[in-house]
Amino acid sequence: MTISIRSVEKRFGRYPALNGVSLEIADGELLALLGPSGSGKTTLLRVIAGLEFPSDGQILYGDQDMTFAGAAERRVGFVFQQYALFRHMTVARNIAFGLDVRKGAAKPGKAQIAARVAELLRLVELDGLGGRYPAQLSGGQRQRVALARALAVNPSVLLLDEPFGALDATVRKSLRKELRRIHDATGVTTIFVTHDQEEALELADRVAILNQGAIEQVGTPDEVHDAPAGAFVAGFVGEANRFAGEAKGGRFTLGDIVLRAGEVRDGPALAFVRPHELLVTDPGKGDLAITVAHIAPQGAVVRIEGATEGGQRIEAAIARQIAAGVHPGARLELAVSRAYVFPA
Amino acid sequence: MSRSPDTTTDPLWARIVVLALVAVFLAGVLILPLVSVFFEALRKGLPAALEAIATEDARAAIKLTLLTAAIAVPFNVAFGLCASWAVAKFQFPGKPFLITLIDLPFSVSPVVAGLIYVLVFGAQGWFGPWLLDHDIKIVFAVPGIVLATIFVTFPFVARELIPLMQEQGVDEEEAAISLGASGLRAFWSVTAPNIRWGLLYGVLLCNARAMGEFGAVSVVSGHIRGLTNTMPLHVEILYNEYDYVGAFAVAALLCFLAVVTLVLKSVLEIAQPRSRAGGH
Repeated sequence: MTISIRSVEKRFGRYPALNGVSLEIADGELLALLGPSGSGKTTLLRVIAGLEFPSDGQILYGDQDMTFAGAAERRVGFVFQQYALFRHMTVARNIAFGLDVRKGAAKPGKAQIAARVAELLRLVELDGLGGRYPAQLSGGQRQRVALARALAVNPSVLLLDEPFGALDATVRKSLRKELRRIHDATGVTTIFVTHDQEEALELADRVAILNQGAIEQVGTPDEVHDAPAGAFVAGFVGEANRFAGEAKGGRFTLGDIVLRAGEVRDGPALAFVRPHELLVTDPGKGDLAITVAHIAPQGAVVRIEGATEGGQRIEAAIARQIAAGVHPGARLELAVSRAYVFPA
Repeated sequence: MSRSPDTTTDPLWARIVVLALVAVFLAGVLILPLVSVFFEALRKGLPAALEAIATEDARAAIKLTLLTAAIAVPFNVAFGLCASWAVAKFQFPGKPFLITLIDLPFSVSPVVAGLIYVLVFGAQGWFGPWLLDHDIKIVFAVPGIVLATIFVTFPFVARELIPLMQEQGVDEEEAAISLGASGLRAFWSVTAPNIRWGLLYGVLLCNARAMGEFGAVSVVSGHIRGLTNTMPLHVEILYNEYDYVGAFAVAALLCFLAVVTLVLKSVLEIAQPRSRAGGH
């Protein structure tokens, strides 16, 4: 199911949660809504689900206007942040709920429902746990039950609100792969909300980055990481050294640091340089010079923290062999292989 | 890490003193009077006590008390469900005011509550003439007693449910709705099972108070024997007429109902954690 979001606004009282958001989600796509807390990502997800209704704008499922249709009418599968499993029902009854509540001819027979539940338990790898209660499951298992319950109704779109937020790091990683596998197996259009960029970049086909109720950029994980559309995305996605300086005639200057600024108009500007885009050079050939303060080896790279003469803090990720002779207090010259410069 | 209660650092003598104080206080203030009620009721033997309960006036009083509870409790269950649903699941202006309002019957003296109804529905009250014209009796009749009882027992169910429902939030209901359940279905299959213990507990407390209420009912009742006397009022009348066995026999019956309520409540409290462990 393709989903079109057209200039959607949502206000809670006078507080604007969404400011004219437009977004197209392709059929079968796995899309991440990424943003800091308060950016409106969960509100956007709930508006797509029909759990909230926009103050303005349009939501289309396929070519059908669903702006004010309820969640059931849209046939969404929604996975809540805290899973919201029915605590007094067994796992099997939780999963069957969406089929149980159907009426008349639309309601499958008992055997059909049981078969569907068994099939879903297999899909989320919880065979044999159908008789347990949610309280008897681990966090990761609950998450799988929530997923199976949402999938039971063959939803037109699967929506997940911070699906891994409540889990510990190892479970998180394995469930990420699991979600990808289940998405590929079912082919259902999937949208998930996260504040964890690593999760979004690893899992999603495309990432929509939200800030203050507006979409800053939509693109593949590579696009948003390597070609940020604005200062917010450059600072939010991936690590970056941030310089607040001046752009003039295609050059960015901050003290003795000079960088190529491309087309940026003259005036106050922000430059972002990723730690791995800093290379050690021979004296006199670098873009900036730092005094090393701290060295932290991390496998193949060494993280070097230091500061320029002007007091600007710099973090660089240098290949281990090259960083071998560097000690705290040493002077290091660095060349910038790529910088993102935006008007401030 | 929380410490378990028996690893307290208080010295032994302090624990004994505190426990003894509590025991003496409970014995003197609660248990002794309760025992004396049954003792006085049975002073002239069981047959005399039973006879006092079986008089026509006593039977009418028992019937009226049960009738009043049978109307007031379901009403307050319905209201308590609506109010706690509204408070816990919706956002609306004036919410703190509504919560305060629900508590009002706890803070107002029951006598005042009774007087309010006399002022509103009495012969000289706001609706008095109109009610007289239409031959509707509220004050000094059964409807007044029921209204006063409802007023006094108003908060029990709502107070019990509001914190429970607030803690549970709206996620499960939203999940049910998103899976295609109607509002009513979501209530019956998701909300109701989650609140059933709290609701039962509230119903028991509400019922105990409905049967035992004296002050508010006394004002609106008019004390017409066999017609508008509830059990607590009947106890007072018999006592004032120096019919001690009769008074204490009816009082003992009231106490018995209260004890049954408490036992039921304890049973619920024991049953509850087990069901929660399976369902939380």
